Amino acid sequence: MLAYIARRAVLAILTMAAISVFAFIIIQLPPGDFVDAYIANLSASGSSVSMEEAKSLRALYGLDQPVYVQYMKWMSRVLVGDFGESMEWHRPVAEVIGDRLWLTIVLSLAALLLTWGIALPIGIYSAVRQYSALDYIFTSISFIGLAVPNFLLALVIMYFSFVLFGANVGGLFSSEFDLAPWSLAKVWDLVKHLPLPAVILALAGTAQLIRIMRANLLDELRKPYVVTARAKGMPEARVIWKYPVRAALNPFASTIAYLFPYLVSGSIIISLVLSLPTVGPLLLKALIAQDMFLAGTIVLLLGVMTVIGTFISDLVLMWVDPRIRFQMD
Amino acid sequence: MSSGPVSTPTQTQTAEDRFAVATQWQLTWWRFRKHKLAVASGIIVIAFYVVVLLADFLAYADPHATDSKRSHIPPQEIHFFDDGAFKPYVYGLTQKRDLRTFKLSYQPTLDRKVYLTLFAEGYSYHFLGLFPTNKHLVGLVDAKPEDGIFLLGTDLVGRDLWSRIMVATRISLTIGLAGVTVSLFLGILLGGMSAVYGGIVDTIIQRVIEILRSMPTIPLWMGLAAALPNSWSVIQVYFAITIIISFLGWTDLARVVRGKFLALRSEDFVTAAELAGASQYRIIFTHMLPSFLSHIIAATSLALPAMIISETSLSFLGLGLRPPAISWGILLQDAQNIETLALAPWLLTAAVPVILVILAFNFLGDGLRDAADPYG
Repeated sequence: MLAYIARRAVLAILTMAAISVFAFIIIQLPPGDFVDAYIANLSASGSSVSMEEAKSLRALYGLDQPVYVQYMKWMSRVLVGDFGESMEWHRPVAEVIGDRLWLTIVLSLAALLLTWGIALPIGIYSAVRQYSALDYIFTSISFIGLAVPNFLLALVIMYFSFVLFGANVGGLFSSEFDLAPWSLAKVWDLVKHLPLPAVILALAGTAQLIRIMRANLLDELRKPYVVTARAKGMPEARVIWKYPVRAALNPFASTIAYLFPYLVSGSIIISLVLSLPTVGPLLLKALIAQDMFLAGTIVLLLGVMTVIGTFISDLVLMWVDPRIRFQMD
Repeated sequence: MSSGPVSTPTQTQTAEDRFAVATQWQLTWWRFRKHKLAVASGIIVIAFYVVVLLADFLAYADPHATDSKRSHIPPQEIHFFDDGAFKPYVYGLTQKRDLRTFKLSYQPTLDRKVYLTLFAEGYSYHFLGLFPTNKHLVGLVDAKPEDGIFLLGTDLVGRDLWSRIMVATRISLTIGLAGVTVSLFLGILLGGMSAVYGGIVDTIIQRVIEILRSMPTIPLWMGLAAALPNSWSVIQVYFAITIIISFLGWTDLARVVRGKFLALRSEDFVTAAELAGASQYRIIFTHMLPSFLSHIIAATSLALPAMIISETSLSFLGLGLRPPAISWGILLQDAQNIETLALAPWLLTAAVPVILVILAFNFLGDGLRDAADPYG
């Protein structure tokens, strides 16, 4: 069991390292180094930077040294929580990102819980009542969910809510709570706004999970042990819930590791459509303005969050599924 | 001797015989044919690629031509019957001045009919990229310059949406194909290497796949795509986007290839070939490849919609292809905010082909995947 956790942990750390390299590449990609961009940015706003300052800035970021040294310097600062300064906002990156990172995670987690909450009962129902009217309805809906990119869904829902209710459904807070400090009332306001974006985000993943759950459970239900249980007169509900559902859940749980990154990805793009205060709109603005420290940091933090989320879901999976717990090499 | 129905013993016999001697491709085709939804989806997919070939021919207005007076014209119906005879027509446009905004605009008038004709002359283009021509499927006869067909309406700067969707299909669908080709190459190469060499190579490739799969892809794409220089031409951006998308998209294909490879390697016919002294190259290409080619085709058709969604999402965000290129994502970008949508809801029709083609590819892929194993 420890070996399993250790292996997962090593992989998680490797993934984070890979993500940090990607984030660094993204920071490095625009032509010229970021001190050039910084100077251009400052002179555009009227102030200027002396050669001395530019030189000291370059030394600070290690720009006169080879790339891997620059990477190490950047990493060593990132590890102590110093993500550099946002050129566009003239404030530390960590401050600019602020609550947005947490809101992204809250939104993705809500979507994840919703995905399970919807997919599990529907998947079981569709398998047990295979080819029933509701099975066909659920299957078609899930195919549509699979085919409609979630930003399109967000657009369509936004349009219809505007036409039907005259309301703009965007945002995660009512206007009076937008800039207010955190309080219980604000949290409650968030809870009230969360369902719609979470449903939009969850739909595509739900479709996939329903199909997986249905297929798995159908496989299990055809196995001889189920027939035996029925033949011995076990009540139908018990026949289904006691073993086949639990066995079918296993591959279901392992897809979570891939679902979470997918949801985080999706949250970026629907946040833009619904103007949610997550890191999505911030990332797009940063990339367009070539505010590279901000953009790179967002990519890095999102990646790291995803990896941690995946790692936790691995641990949960191990706790749920005895077969993983006992099959330790 | 067989347990078939007594009434038609000979027929059953021949059906069984046909089954016994059929090649794998025949069996796959028979199995696939049974899956009606997949066959229908296959036809839709083919239709879409016909649009790719004939995009300019099917368009009836220059997709790049702007005209501020034609801004946001709602979709106009084509009337097929005139006085009981089949004579399709649309209503002509007249210039009007909005008395509140003092803006000149064209609006349809119900008193003037403009008739449609097949193979009309329009803007010039190269048919299939080779032959210069100006023929289009439909067009107007005896029309004033301001008249036009507006099947799906126009956008803010007066470009015809139908024509733009036709031309966009070309880019959106070929970028999917190009992306999948690159992914396929990487997937077969790395998946194959993983299976053939095993050991440390396998471990490294599998870990790389796991790492790539656990990353949130959209932020990474956005970061990479945003770095493409503004000075790049449409073609350069097109290829750069293709590479960015396929760079993270090969992992599924690699998994399929590796899995099939490993499963086949322990089959009797491979052992037989090995014992007969066939070379590794011959075993892979003449014995193993034909048996999992169908699986690769199925996996490819399931990977294509993901590619199409990726391109559409990136272009939608303004980080993928850029105007003057036309793709579905770029068309949807115009429909991004609620103000525009409230004013011109028909701009959302650009979403229809996206949804349709993704659904079709998914059903087709499902059908192919079932048919790929005709003995199962």
